[in-house]
Amino acid sequence: MVIEVARPRPLWQILFSTHHTDVALLYLITSIVFFMLGGALALTIRTELLTPGTTIISDSDLFNRIFTVHGTTMLFLWILPFISGVGNYLIPILVKYKDMAYPRLNAVAYWMAVPGAALIWLGWSDTTWMAYPPYSTMRAAGPAADMWIFGLKILGLSSILGAINFIVTILKCKHPDLPMMKTSLLVWAILVSSLMTLAALPTFTAALIMLYTDRLGVSGFFDPARGGDPIAYQHLFWFTFHPEVYIFLIPAVGMAYELIPKFSRKPIFSYGSGVIAFLLLSIIGFASWAHHMLATGLSFTEKTVFMIGTLAAVPMSAMHVFNWMATMWGGRIKFAAPMKFVIGGIMLFFTSGAGGVVNTTLPLDFITHDTYWVVGHFHMMLMGTVSFIFMGFLYYMFPLITGRMYSERLANVHFWFAFIGTAVVFTAMHIVGLYGMPRRIWDYVPDPTIIALNQIASIGAYLIGIGMIVFLIVLIRDSVKGKPADMRDPFGIGEIYYDYRRREPHH
Amino acid sequence: MGSHVIYEWIYVGAVVSLLIWVGAEAWYGEKLLHEVPKDHITIKVTGQQWFWTFEHPDGTREVGTLHLKAGKVYKFEITGKDVIHAFNIPHFAVMIDAVPGRINTIWVKIPEDAVGEYLIQCREYCGLLHYNMRANLIVEA
Repeated sequence: MVIEVARPRPLWQILFSTHHTDVALLYLITSIVFFMLGGALALTIRTELLTPGTTIISDSDLFNRIFTVHGTTMLFLWILPFISGVGNYLIPILVKYKDMAYPRLNAVAYWMAVPGAALIWLGWSDTTWMAYPPYSTMRAAGPAADMWIFGLKILGLSSILGAINFIVTILKCKHPDLPMMKTSLLVWAILVSSLMTLAALPTFTAALIMLYTDRLGVSGFFDPARGGDPIAYQHLFWFTFHPEVYIFLIPAVGMAYELIPKFSRKPIFSYGSGVIAFLLLSIIGFASWAHHMLATGLSFTEKTVFMIGTLAAVPMSAMHVFNWMATMWGGRIKFAAPMKFVIGGIMLFFTSGAGGVVNTTLPLDFITHDTYWVVGHFHMMLMGTVSFIFMGFLYYMFPLITGRMYSERLANVHFWFAFIGTAVVFTAMHIVGLYGMPRRIWDYVPDPTIIALNQIASIGAYLIGIGMIVFLIVLIRDSVKGKPADMRDPFGIGEIYYDYRRREPHH
Repeated sequence: MGSHVIYEWIYVGAVVSLLIWVGAEAWYGEKLLHEVPKDHITIKVTGQQWFWTFEHPDGTREVGTLHLKAGKVYKFEITGKDVIHAFNIPHFAVMIDAVPGRINTIWVKIPEDAVGEYLIQCREYCGLLHYNMRANLIVEA
C-alpha cells in the first residue's frame, strides 16, 4: 500500500523515492489530475458549441488555444502517464523482480514529465496538437508555440526513457523460472508498446527540431518558398503518431486481458492469438500512417497502399475482441466496476473500429476527413475504449494502491453516466460530421440540424462530466475512508490478486 | 482448447474477406473518381487567411463567391497562399487540401437540377478565423 492514509509517510519520501510503486503513484496521480483538467477544457469547448455565435468564449483565439491544450493534455499527460503508472506498479510484480531495472532513470523519466506539462500549460499554444506547418512555423504566436515544442520534446524523451526501462525490466530482469509465454498478456502489451515507442518516437523528435529551426527562420524544411514542403512534416508526424495510436491502445488491450479472465473466472480463450495479434499489430501499425493525409493530394498509388495498410491492421483488433468474447462466453462473470468498464469499452470499440474502416475507405474519407466525424471517431477510441479500460483498471488496482475498497454503488453511477454520455456525445459528433461541420471551429453555420446535434453532443458531454465528478469523489473519499479491503481477494473472485506485500519501500 | 481455435480462424477469415471486399470496392470507386472527364472547365482556387479566391478560365476573378453552371463538369486546381487550408463543398462532397507550393486537383459534375446556393468552407485548421473561412457557391441554370 502506498498512500497509507492511516499511517502517512512524509510527502518528500514519496517525491524523492525511486521505488517503483512510488514512481507509479506519482504517475497515476499526475495523469488523473490532467484527465480532470483536460476534461474541464472539453466541457468548456462543448459549452461554447452549445449555441452558434459566442456562448462563453469571447473569441476564436482563446477557443483555438483551449482545444490545442485539451488534445495535448489528454494524449500526453493523461494516457501516456497512466500507462507508465500501471506499468510501474505491475511490471515488476508480474515479472517477479524487486523493482524496475533502472530505478533512478525511472524517477528521472517521471520528473521530466513535470516541466513538459508545465511548458504546455503555461504556454497555451494555438497550433493544434498536430502543429502543422506552415501555420505552426510562420503564423502561430510565440512563445506559446515554442513552449509547446519544448514541452513535447521533453515528454518525448521521458517516454523513450520509460520505454527503455520497461523493455530491460521485462526482457532482462524477468524471473528465470518464468518463461515469457507464461507471463501476463499485460507484460506483452507493455513490452510491445515500449518497442513501438522506441521505433516511432525519434521521427517526431527530429520533426520537432526541424519545426523549431523553421520557426527561428534558420531553415526552410517545411517552407515551399525555401524549397521545403509542408507535407513532409505530416509524413514525419504521422509516422510517429499513427503507431502512437497503437501505443495508446495496446496497453489498454493488455489491461482488458488482465481483467476479463479474472472477472469471468475462466482462463483466456487463446493466449497465443493474443501474443500474435500484439506482435503483428506492432509491425503493421507502421504501414498506415498516411491514411491521416489522404486529402493532402497523395497519388492514387500512395492512397491505395495506405488504405491496404490500414485495413490490414483491422484483423488484429478483431482477434482481440474475439478472444475477449470467447473468454467471457460461458464464464461466471462478476459485474464489478472494472468488468463493467471493460465491457463498455469493448462495445464502444466496435463503433470506433467500424468508423475507422469508413475513414480509410478512399472515396468516403473525403466526406469524413477533418469533420466532426473524425473527432467522434477518435474520441470513441480514446475515451470510449482506452480511457474506459483505464478507469476500470484503476478501480481494479484501487485496493492494491490504497488498501481500501472503493464504493461499488458510486462506481456504478460513474460507469452509467460515463457510458451513456460517451455514446451520446460521440455518436452525435459522427452525425454532425456527415452534415459537413468541420472540426476545430469556434462557431458553426446556424443550420437547425447542426445546432440540434451540437446540443445533443453537449448534453452527452455534461453526462460524462457528472460521471467524472462521481469518479473523483470515489477516488478521494474512499482512499481515505473506504472499507479496508480483503487484500487476498478484494473482489471475491478467487485468490488471484497481486502481491500486496510490497508495502515497504526499500530504497 | 485445440478444437476451439478453429472458430477463431473461421472468424478471422470472415473478417479478412469482408475487408478485402470493402477495400476492393473503395479502390474501384476511387479509380472512377480519379479520371477527370475530358470536357471539363478548370477553376483555379486559392485559399489564404481567411478567404477564397476563384479564377475562371477567361481570367475573371471572384473573391468569396463562386458562380458555376448546372450540368457542367468542373476541375478545381487548388493551392494555398500562406498556410494549409482545405477546399470543401460539403453538398457535393468536394474536399481536398490547399497546400502552399502544391496544386491539388479535384473535379465535380454539378447535376442539372442543382440550381441554388451552397456553402464553401475551409476544413483544415488555419488559425484565428478558420471557423469563418467560408464562401458562397452559386449554381446557375
